[in-house]
Amino acid sequence: MAKKPHETPLLDELESGPWPSFVTGLKRLAQDNDMAVDLLGQLETSYRTRKGYWKGGTVGVYGYGGGVIPRFTELKDENDKPVYPDAAEFHTLRVQPPAGMHYDTKTLRMLCDIWEKHGSGLIAFHGQSGDIMFQGIRTDKVQAAFDELNEAGFDLGGAGPALRTSMSCVGAARCELSCYDEQRALREVINSNLDDMHRPALPYKFKFKFSGCPNDCVNAIQRSDFATIGTWRDNMQVDHAYARAYFREHGMTDLVNDVVTRCPTKAIQVMKKGEVKAGPHHSVAELDDELRLVIDNKDCVRCAHCLNVVRGGLLPGKDRGVTILVGGKGVLKIGATMGTVVVPFMKLATDEDFEKLKELARNVIDFFAENALEHERIGETVDRIGLVNFLEALGLDIDPNMVNEPRSNPYVRTDGWDEEAAKWEERKQSAA
Amino acid sequence: MAEHRAPIESGAPDPMPLMHPLLRKNYGQWIYHDHPKPGVLMHRAASGDEVWTVKAGTQRQMDVHTIRKLCDIADRYADGHVRFTTRSNIEYMVADRAKVEPLIEALNDAGFPVGGTANSVSMIAHTQGWLHCDIPGTDASGVVKALMDELYDEFVKSEMPNRVKLSTSCCEINCGGQADIAIIVQHTKPPKINHDLVANVCERPAVVARCPVAAIRPALVNGKPSLEVDEKKCICCGACYPPCPPMQINDPEHSKIAIWVGGKNSNARGKPTFHKLVASGLPNNAPRWPEVAAVVRKILAVYKADARPWERMIDWIDRIGWARFFEKTGLPFTKYHIDDWRGARRTLNASTHIRF
Repeated sequence: MAKKPHETPLLDELESGPWPSFVTGLKRLAQDNDMAVDLLGQLETSYRTRKGYWKGGTVGVYGYGGGVIPRFTELKDENDKPVYPDAAEFHTLRVQPPAGMHYDTKTLRMLCDIWEKHGSGLIAFHGQSGDIMFQGIRTDKVQAAFDELNEAGFDLGGAGPALRTSMSCVGAARCELSCYDEQRALREVINSNLDDMHRPALPYKFKFKFSGCPNDCVNAIQRSDFATIGTWRDNMQVDHAYARAYFREHGMTDLVNDVVTRCPTKAIQVMKKGEVKAGPHHSVAELDDELRLVIDNKDCVRCAHCLNVVRGGLLPGKDRGVTILVGGKGVLKIGATMGTVVVPFMKLATDEDFEKLKELARNVIDFFAENALEHERIGETVDRIGLVNFLEALGLDIDPNMVNEPRSNPYVRTDGWDEEAAKWEERKQSAA
Repeated sequence: MAEHRAPIESGAPDPMPLMHPLLRKNYGQWIYHDHPKPGVLMHRAASGDEVWTVKAGTQRQMDVHTIRKLCDIADRYADGHVRFTTRSNIEYMVADRAKVEPLIEALNDAGFPVGGTANSVSMIAHTQGWLHCDIPGTDASGVVKALMDELYDEFVKSEMPNRVKLSTSCCEINCGGQADIAIIVQHTKPPKINHDLVANVCERPAVVARCPVAAIRPALVNGKPSLEVDEKKCICCGACYPPCPPMQINDPEHSKIAIWVGGKNSNARGKPTFHKLVASGLPNNAPRWPEVAAVVRKILAVYKADARPWERMIDWIDRIGWARFFEKTGLPFTKYHIDDWRGARRTLNASTHIRF
């Protein structure tokens, strides 16, 4: 039995309604956990005053410099004593989830048991960077909780100016659009750079995210410094049976309105069987005995829309890999920026391919560590120095796929033109 | 004090041993999926195996009893494996179609809404808020609970033109991220500075450097080193507050809530987009934020009625134009909607393309 609960008339209003209520959950914890009792007291105060009452500090575990988010209450009485003493320390442990966020119940129950024993019993699956957030623990219990989690196979995530916990989509585990092994890529990249996660010494945070296809279900372009997104180079694959099934169910109007006209580059046409002159870059799917869906893969930008609509009938090609974009970030300081292409295509199938991805990831982190200003994200660094300087420092070849359009102003010194044009010709020759 | 053990730097755990056996068996070999009903997905592998997924909403910040309840359901109805989505929904996988309905019933009986798939309004990506953040302008879990109560029908049905992703953020840093509809605190007054504390708490040059518009400078106030804000320049973003809590930006009255629309993470059809401001000045009205819910519902209702199949929020607005977005939603268009940050001119209409 815990101590007597506080009155929480405002929070009580969040117990009604059909959606699961975190307040009901907290109250259940408060039946036998004093920290939960006092957490409800402080939270109710915030609801009344519309103010937050937590401040940061320094709490950690032996051997690591990050991964624990310290929270101390600022809600004090006239004698400078916490109004809600059992929640006066309410730290969070950020813990890296299994890639793809798969669990068996044995593991989840074990995590619950550890947190019930040491902490408040409140766990978030998951935070915005993908961590399991074990919320609410006293300073003196942090080490023991971590030790148990760590012995059970879990490790702290990132916080502060450090490599952050990563996310990958469900991908190869359960999606037909997956273009690479997202979970392997995440673990190869993150787990080979853990020193930068556990001992924060970068200019600012650095995030990797891994999406298996252009649908980018983990928002990699918008919210990661280094986005690895699955794509393919060769022709889209077709499955006539699924394409025919789509057409049978939806008919010509849906095909035109939802598929053909929604293609951003008008790469799709409907043709009669006898009219199709398929070249090596065309994918041709049977819609019925007479009609064909013809896709010019040279015009296709791999947006994935038609694959989303004609499920199973259109699939990624066989020559799969990733596009890498650098520089996505949130608002601070220059406004939100998206990642932009730095590698249009990289194979990601063999052990050597994964080594190359790891090497590029490491090089970008090193470049960031050495060249970014304090509190600057890599996207801001690229903004400041220009993409070309970034590419040259990383030894990445320039490519027209990196721009929406060439420059429209003459403010550039071009006296190296002939050498640069020669490089282009040379690359073209070696690619041929 | 006992000797500390050295940490095992194991990093992100291997998901393979934890994954549903059917997903493990067919890893990388999926060829098709279907959406037989809201909240249910069927994936088929090249081997012919089918796996049925049932998706349910959670409150994200879960007590251990709730998690154990979810585990009980997994053990009894779903082969003992689950996964979580990026938006904190839980997914149960079963090999046998006959297990789907009993699983749905068990989830519903335990109070977990089944839905969130395909063209639904999915669970709101959210942040920590008053529960745990050190700089929040509002709560997160409470806003989400209040809104999801309102949007419950849109979660359990799949009746939108395309999927709708929502996010909430408790300050302008926007940890909740980009979304079709994003609900974000918008401060309207410069920070109130507690000059007694600045010298002891803040590294002043770092705070000066943090300001996006160079509105902060060192100053001597009442004989103490402090900081001052050029209030004419200040854009009330709150960026100075995290490194310097005495620069109090949160205000129960003047920290308002803004609504942004048209963020799209996917590359499908158009390129990814950032969300854009459509409404602001809404009160931070705990515990149920009814004014915010009303605007969100209004936008969703117009989108649902007007957008064509497969149009995400931004695809729809691209077609109808922003003028008609404001006309149809009844939201006022103000001078604050016109961007004046760097690069803003590319957001202006340099053409005669005007819809009348």
